[in-house]
Amino acid sequence: MEKVISWIDARFPLSASFKAHLSEYYAPKNFNFWYYFGSLALLVLVIQIVTGIFLAMHYKPDGDMAFASVEYIMRDVPYGWLIRYAHSTGASAFFVVIYLHMFRGLLYGSFRQPRELIWIFGMLIYLVLMAEAFMGYLLPWGQMSYWGAQVIINLFAAVPFIGEDLSILIRGDFVVGDATLNRFFALHIVALPLVLLGLIAAHLVALHEVGSNNPDGVEIKKHKGPDGHPLDGIPFHPYYTVKDILGVVVFLIAFTAILFFAPEMGGYFLEANNFIPADPLKTPPHIAPVWYFTPYYAILRAIPPMFGSQFPGVLAMGVSVMIFFALPWLDKSPVKSIRYRGPKYKIALALFVIAFVWLGVLGVLPSTPLATWIARVLTVVYFAFFLLMPWYTRNDSYKMEPERVNDK
Amino acid sequence: MKKLLFLLLALPTFACASTELKLDHAPVNVDDHESLQRGARLFVNYCLNCHSAAYMRYNRMQDIGIAEAQIKENLLYAADKPGELMRVSMRTWEAKEWFGAAPPDLSVIARSRGADWIYTYLRGFYRDDGRPTGWNNTVFDKVGMPHALHELQGHLAPVYRSETDHEGKAHQVIERFELVKPGKLTLAEYDASVADLVNYLTWMGEPAQSQRKNVGLIVLLFLGVFFVIAFYLKKEYWKNVH
Repeated sequence: MEKVISWIDARFPLSASFKAHLSEYYAPKNFNFWYYFGSLALLVLVIQIVTGIFLAMHYKPDGDMAFASVEYIMRDVPYGWLIRYAHSTGASAFFVVIYLHMFRGLLYGSFRQPRELIWIFGMLIYLVLMAEAFMGYLLPWGQMSYWGAQVIINLFAAVPFIGEDLSILIRGDFVVGDATLNRFFALHIVALPLVLLGLIAAHLVALHEVGSNNPDGVEIKKHKGPDGHPLDGIPFHPYYTVKDILGVVVFLIAFTAILFFAPEMGGYFLEANNFIPADPLKTPPHIAPVWYFTPYYAILRAIPPMFGSQFPGVLAMGVSVMIFFALPWLDKSPVKSIRYRGPKYKIALALFVIAFVWLGVLGVLPSTPLATWIARVLTVVYFAFFLLMPWYTRNDSYKMEPERVNDK
Repeated sequence: MKKLLFLLLALPTFACASTELKLDHAPVNVDDHESLQRGARLFVNYCLNCHSAAYMRYNRMQDIGIAEAQIKENLLYAADKPGELMRVSMRTWEAKEWFGAAPPDLSVIARSRGADWIYTYLRGFYRDDGRPTGWNNTVFDKVGMPHALHELQGHLAPVYRSETDHEGKAHQVIERFELVKPGKLTLAEYDASVADLVNYLTWMGEPAQSQRKNVGLIVLLFLGVFFVIAFYLKKEYWKNVH
């Protein structure tokens, strides 16, 4: 065995990489619950890729056959139902995990200097993931797939001057049709996963360059022992590998409980309307995107058309996603972690979370005048969290963070 | 503070309760093979003439305890081999001409409509001379489908009652139904038969659903054991981290 490894090491940095990224990659010892979701995101990615490969073996990206081929997978392919449900549940699980992962960043200031690039790569991953989910959702070719895609692509048509052409470019046709299905399939299974993998690699390389943040927001590299390793750090392997295995098991218990006992998740993961084949002549009475897009959808609907154009709403929706990119430069607090921040940031973050969740709820419900007004108030709260951040973080009281991390 | 936050975040779950029309609860049990078999017979006899179930193979009914020989003998009206899909010979354009809309495929109808809706719908047909088919439905107004099970249920006719709305206008509202022509079954027997049929449709929407739950139990048991191992493994490794 040792001979084999030294043979490889002379030709490829196997042991060196293992050391650099696992056995001698020092991570802070005080990671808490919120630090499980990075490794879980990686797990879900693997689930999606593996199940996706098997789905692609049986799925037919053809307007006349797509719906039937999904039912063929559900019925005639051995354990096809398992593969399909794992993929559909995985899509929602991906967003659950990613939203919690991002929230961790907001809690402990993980986006702050010197981790701005990690955050930016992460945001790019999030954007690609949204595109991935949106395009994948068209593939079952049910009514919600079809009309959801129709609505979202029409948003691009609202862009001034180039909108019409842009939407035709996306659809490959004047309406959502076979051409759209084929290109979405190609993008969903080849193009976007490649981009995603590249970005994840960049996210991890940047992380391992600067080292992980932690719930105290302390830079562990400031205090190194005589061996040159951070005093508050422990090798990622074996400590965090065994800890993450525990996280993986707990996650899988929740994941498989949904997969095997409630794969539709009450219509939130698989919608009832999507069991009706796509029909371009029959618009469903109520079109709502899948739950993970609904906060943005609610913002879109909250903004009234101006100058006879839907563009302001579309713009607001776009900005509401993109504004996350600016976080590292909006936050002016002298400390990173919420543990040492003052009440202003805590209240702002609480209001933001409430606004995000409630916008998500409103995005599912049919719009009524009252719901629209609530959504408008929440939209203001949503944007205020970001736009007012330079002021409330600068004027906030704070406690200086400790030199070393706390034990618990 | 934390409690208040939790409350504000948990509230949406209560806000989602919808106000749709009242549906009767369908007594679905996809492990009751006798009920599924009765439902399958009704389905093949009464539904599978106009409606297809084109993603479903006849021989899948072996899963609910119908032997292949029985399928061949009793249930293959529109196909030659038990491995075939449940298609129908009626053409879409013909159906559109006759009923105004093509009868939908029923393979996954229980997943799109829900068992309760179908259960209420199939028990909701009543005589309405204003309709081309002579039938209307309580949950699907101006439905194109005639009452395919009328020989079982018999004919129900509405008894109207006048009601004045808040603007002072009088409306005819259906008060109750009366049986104007009895069918082969009593109304209670009919309800039970529809329950069987809905049960079958629910099973057919996802034939693997019982297997899914069985596999799920095994997986969860495995993960439960794995959790204990992972828990102590982590504890052992971390005992020296302070």
